[in-house]
Amino acid sequence: MILTDLRGRYQFGFGRFMERDYDDIPGTYPLDSRTYRKGYHVNMFLMSLNDAECRDKFAEDEQAYLDTFRMTEDQKSAVLDRRFLDLLKLGANVYYAFKLISFDRQPPQVMYGQMAEPRLTFDEFQQMMIDGGRPIDGNRSVEEWKDG
Amino acid sequence: MAKLIAGMGTSHVPGLGAAMDNGKTQEPYWKQLFEGLEPLRAWHRANTPDVNIIVYNDHATEFSLDSYSTFTVGVGENFEPADEGWGPRQVPSMSGYPDLAWHIVESAMAEEFDLAVHASMDLDHGFTVPLSIAYGQPKEWPAAVVPVCVNVIQHPLPTALRCYKLGQAIGRAVASFPEQINVGIWGTGGLSHQLGGERVGVVNPEFDQKFLDNLSRDPLANTRISHTEFMREAGCEGVEMIMWNVMRGALEDDVDEVFRLYHIPVSATAYGAIILENK
Ligand SMILES: [Fe+2]
Repeated sequence: MILTDLRGRYQFGFGRFMERDYDDIPGTYPLDSRTYRKGYHVNMFLMSLNDAECRDKFAEDEQAYLDTFRMTEDQKSAVLDRRFLDLLKLGANVYYAFKLISFDRQPPQVMYGQMAEPRLTFDEFQQMMIDGGRPIDGNRSVEEWKDG
Repeated sequence: MAKLIAGMGTSHVPGLGAAMDNGKTQEPYWKQLFEGLEPLRAWHRANTPDVNIIVYNDHATEFSLDSYSTFTVGVGENFEPADEGWGPRQVPSMSGYPDLAWHIVESAMAEEFDLAVHASMDLDHGFTVPLSIAYGQPKEWPAAVVPVCVNVIQHPLPTALRCYKLGQAIGRAVASFPEQINVGIWGTGGLSHQLGGERVGVVNPEFDQKFLDNLSRDPLANTRISHTEFMREAGCEGVEMIMWNVMRGALEDDVDEVFRLYHIPVSATAYGAIILENK
């Protein structure tokens, strides 16, 4: 009885269904218990790329290597196509996604630009930062994005 | 007794380490930043302690979704630079200082900080880049290290206040360490930056400068910032700034700010550095 009650409270009170007060920050994907559960296997795949032997296996046959992880087909195809924003939406965390852009021997600005709204090339992203970065004004909440 | 001489805060952007490793510091993109860092390096040459306590975070290198402790102290004799996906940085390995590390663990545990210990964690850019910023490219690092790893990437995170209190406990531990040595403490990471999502590239100079001002003169103000406020105002990864509170908590209430640098951009990050001396 007590056990059931506790389990219920964990799932519905604190766990993956609860809204967070940072959910209205636009275009932002923190690693919390919700993304943790959704992204566990894809993040563990990404982290495996820390290991040179795993990088070799992945280089040899990307699909075959991905099939050794319990990832969803959506997650696998986002990895194969290097769709970084989709990866975040499917539970990957950017610190982990870093391993994939490094594997490709590309600078991170390539990944940043691809995730940005609107999409930016390496040079465009680099220039936005040199010009002072994306301003905070107008980018604090989804409400501000709705107003355009 | 050991003496805590000063604290440094610095961002630990991987691109900074790569610029040094690949000899690019004189290129137009980097030149101004590295010139700005010259006084910081001169300060470090004149004030090299026996050991630096370096508060940093791991970036999916040693800690992962499989196992994450909130605060971890490195108690090993030696630490190696990590392979975090592109091979380890070619920098010297780092000598630990197990006597001080264990003393911090024992002293803080007695004050009810439940610290984890790790003897062999490899150290990623979060740790090695600040060393390169301070000491350049020596054959051997001039001071030993005590790594203190803080979970700032996998929520729930320790609060900004908890980080400050841990710093206070570390300060007391250093003060009661029986060896006659000089100790430094570094907080790393930040300042404002966001690396993922459609809002990638957001920075907030006003927020950062206020944080630096507070660090100098009103450190408790920085303990009242929530994780959500950090993420909203300073970008998702800007929350790394709570690690600077550990450094600040270890220092005395009144400090002398002897160096500050603020520069946008380093990669997608607002770079900040500060040195605060105990009086
Ligand atoms: Fe970091």
